This record gives sequence, structure tokens and C-alpha cells, in this order.
Amino acid sequence: MAMRYRKERLDRGIKVRCDDVFALSSYREALYLALPRLLPVAILLIFPLLKGVVGLYYEKALVITCAISLLALSWDLMASVGLLSLGQALFFGAGAYIAGYLNYAFKLSPVVTIPLGTLGGALFCTFLLLPVLRLRGVYFAIITLTLPLLLSRFIDTTKILGGGEGISGLSPLPNIWFELYVAIVAMLVCLFGFRRLINADYGLVLQGIRDNDRAVMGGAINIYRFKAQAVFIAGLAGSFAGAFMTHYYQFVGMPAFAMDYSILPLTAAVLGGPGTFAGATIGAFILVPLSEALRGFGTLRVVFYSAILIVCVVGLPEGIFHYMRRKYHQFERIREID
Amino acid sequence: MEERSILEVENLTKWFGGVAAILQVSFSLQKGELLGVVGPNGSGKTTLVNLLTGFVKPSSGKVMYQGRDITGQRPYKIAALGMARTFQMTKPFYQLSAFKNLIIPLYSSRVKRLRGGNYGNRDDVAIDLLEDVGFERDSFVPYKVASSLPHGYLKRLELARCLALRPDLLILDELFSGMSMSEVAGTLPVIERLNEEGLSIIMVEHRLKELFRVAHRVMVLNFGAKVVDGSPREVMDSEAVKTAYLGSEAED
Repeated sequence: MAMRYRKERLDRGIKVRCDDVFALSSYREALYLALPRLLPVAILLIFPLLKGVVGLYYEKALVITCAISLLALSWDLMASVGLLSLGQALFFGAGAYIAGYLNYAFKLSPVVTIPLGTLGGALFCTFLLLPVLRLRGVYFAIITLTLPLLLSRFIDTTKILGGGEGISGLSPLPNIWFELYVAIVAMLVCLFGFRRLINADYGLVLQGIRDNDRAVMGGAINIYRFKAQAVFIAGLAGSFAGAFMTHYYQFVGMPAFAMDYSILPLTAAVLGGPGTFAGATIGAFILVPLSEALRGFGTLRVVFYSAILIVCVVGLPEGIFHYMRRKYHQFERIREID
Repeated sequence: MEERSILEVENLTKWFGGVAAILQVSFSLQKGELLGVVGPNGSGKTTLVNLLTGFVKPSSGKVMYQGRDITGQRPYKIAALGMARTFQMTKPFYQLSAFKNLIIPLYSSRVKRLRGGNYGNRDDVAIDLLEDVGFERDSFVPYKVASSLPHGYLKRLELARCLALRPDLLILDELFSGMSMSEVAGTLPVIERLNEEGLSIIMVEHRLKELFRVAHRVMVLNFGAKVVDGSPREVMDSEAVKTAYLGSEAED
């Protein structure tokens, strides 16, 4: 009779009691925990210095990746409160138009318009979504899907804010270092900030609203206030991406409300593993460069892109980040079964 | 008299379409009283709880709580006034550990106000609360993910979630349903103790034996209407209750 084997999985021993408490007893263990965080950060910060190696094209692609990553983070934060969004383009467009118009009409420098666009976009979107925060699941989703379309058509027909042609000739960002490092730092701040936020007591309330809003209401907590705050924080991330990219493209127009800015972040978050923020970032850092790399295939690009996406989602339904984390924290060994 | 009552309900009515889930129910609750609410399935017990706590808006009638009209107020506002309820279907925050479940009510402004802005570590307060309802402090149980806890613990977690608010009135919607005999035996003294400490309690329950042991007064609902309201003894002996539970004698 053939010997039978099975795979045995063991958690590494440095975890105690809860998910987030570790007992560290050596530098090796400290490094073990810090490495998955420090390594990507270090690579990102060094990347802009490697222009000679990777070429300007991919340096530029990194800026777009960071913008999509910010939108994906913003999507993930809303999903953490149970608000399923199909319209991150709303945030992106709001930030883009505010920053773009301020620059065009008042000749304000990007250093001023980007923060104003970020704040204004987040406020605008929060007020716009305030009446529909009661809606849940797919009902909220279709509203968010509609709003960017509504706004872009509104701008097109009323011919305000540049109408269908948009506004071009906006001030560029000061230099490529500014472009790269502001994008990278904003993305990292957002990533680690959101991760910290969601694990703080405030974040537990947000997650509670997603899991069981009645119990949270029963806990004397006004869930609509928390939902509005979450939308505002998510709006900051999304609108920053919009305001920043407006100056990067030196153009603002109806494409700022394009479906791409809604679907790509959503796909990135789902591919990477929703609910972790790191997953959303990983997803964006796979999807955007992949899409750039496939440009060589011309029209077939979308076919390859979609095929890779399907394979990933079917193969790792839990999300890339969840898979990676599990593999990192577990030993695996083959054992004989008697 | 007004001073001593914590809850006054007048002619409370709720129509769901053509069905009266609660019909012209009036009762009052004294401070420190433990009122049992019983009735057959579908008699409107849970609807009554939902009406009192604002999860369902009444069609007509009035709810006065601590001398304040709270009819039709939003649930979080009513909870903030100190009326806490458990849910019949326990649905904890499954991914969180048991004590982290309590962080959510502890984050409310009511708790901040009652405990003073800076009352120390919320985690410690949460563990104390769990110990109060019978979680073994020195075991792993308070740290376990809620999804891995047995039903009895989830029910007690639900109770602790209410106690976190430091309520003045506690409404228990079938807390004992699905609990084993020993779990009930372990939880009943907790409720008795809370009541002795002065907490007013409304207990909706199907486990009549246990309820009649602790309740000061029992109200019986049938088809949404109040049938009897009296001491446990009176209620047990009343004909109306037997009819409600067993049905009137079959006609031959």
C-alpha cells in the first residue's frame, strides 16, 4: 500500500492571542515582521532614482499607478464601512475639476490648487452622497455609478467649466522629482494611514457598520455620521489623485469622470484582496504596469489583459495579498499519515 | 408616581399592512422592576421591542422614557438615552475577537460622557464587561474571534454589548433562546444581580420557568394585544394565558 502524505500547516510562533499582537524575542523576528513593510517602501523610494535603468516611460507609469492606487485605497475604505462604490471617478473628477478650474481661472499654482482640490472635492462628494448614505449594497452602488456620468454630461451640455472640450494648458507640476515623490509619498501615507485607521477603535466602528449596522445603532452610535466621515476621508484620497493628475496631464475635461477611474480601482482592490488596503495597492501595482507592458500587442492588449485578470481572480479568489500573507506566516511541511 | 416610573407606554399600535402586530398596548415600568413579556410565536413580542427602541416606527401611540417622549426617535438616540437592547438573532462582528466587539458601543458618546472623557484603556473595560457576563477572564475565550464562539457565549456577548452602554433600561429579546440548561443557569444569576443593582429590565422570553422565577411582573401578549399583566403567580393561574398558549378547547 502506498504511503500517504498530507501537507501540514503551522503558524509561526510569534503570534500571541490576537491577530495584531506579536511577541518579539529577537531582531530576527522584528525583521521578519518589518520586512514585508519596509521592502516595498524602500523599492518605491529608490525607483525614481533609477531613471537610467527603467526609462522615463515607466517612471511616468509609476505616477499613474500611484493615482489608481489612491483610488483603490479610497474604494477599499468605503467598502470597509459597507459602502460598495462603482464610482471612484466621482472623487477623481471632483478633485480634478476643482484644481483645474482654480488654476485656469485664478492662475493659482499647483501647490495651492492640489490641496484645495483635495479638500473641496472630498467635501463636494460627501455632500452629494449624504442623502444616499442610507442605501446599502447594490442600491448605493448604482447611485455612485450614475453620479460621474451625470456630472460629465452636465458639464458637457451646460458648457460650464470648459464644457466638452475641457480646459487645457494648465500649469505643469514643477519637475519630475516632484511628480514622482509627491505621488509615491501620498500613496504611502494613505496606505499606512488607512491601515492604522481601520485597526484603531474608530476603524472598528466602521467595520461594525459594515458587518451589522443594527447592532452599531443599538450601541448608541450614529452610523450616518460615521459613514459620512468615511466618505469624506475616502474622498480626500480620491480627490487628491484627481487634483494631482490634472496638473500632471495639464488638462481637465470630461475624461476625468471616465469609467476607467471607477472600474480600475475596483478591479485592483478585488484582485489584491479587499479589506486590507495593502491588497488594493498591490492590485494597482500589478494592473497598471501590466496594462502598459501589454501596449505592444496593440488591439490584442485588452484580450491578454482580461485573460490575465480572469486567471488571477479565479486562481486566487481571496486576493493576492491574503494569499501572500498566509504563505508568509505559515510553515508548510509534508507529513506521513499512518 | 411619575418619578418612579422609567417607561410609560400608551396605546402603542403598529400595523404591518392589514395586520396589527401590536394593538393598543399600554403599560408602565417602575424603576428597578423586572418585567417579563411572554406570548406565543407571532404575538408581537419582538415588534414591541423594536417599537420601544426605535428600530420600527409606531403607527400610533406614545412611548415616554424617563419623562421624555421618545416615540419614533432614531435607534441610536434612544440607545444614547440609556435604553439598550439585545437582538434575538445574535449577529456579532464575526471577524473581531469577543472583547473587540465591545469597543464599538464603548466608542459612543454616551459612554464617553458617563465614564468621563479619558477612562483608560477601552480594551481593559471590555474585558471587565465580559467577565461580568461570565467569560472566564484568564482563559482565551475573551480573545477568541467571535465567529469561533459557541452560541451561549455569543448570547452573553450580546448582553455585554448592552451593558457597555451602562444602560438605565435593559431590554432582553429572548436572551435564553438556544442556550443550554447550564448556560441559562449561568446567565440567570447575572440578570438577577443586575436587577438587584437597580437596573430596570424588560425580558422577552420563551423559557417561562426561568422567567417566572426572576420577574416581578409578567405581561402576556397574544395577537399583538395585551392579554394579562400581573404578578407571575396571577399570570400562571389566568385562563387567558392558557388559552393563548394552548388555544381554546376544540369544539366537537
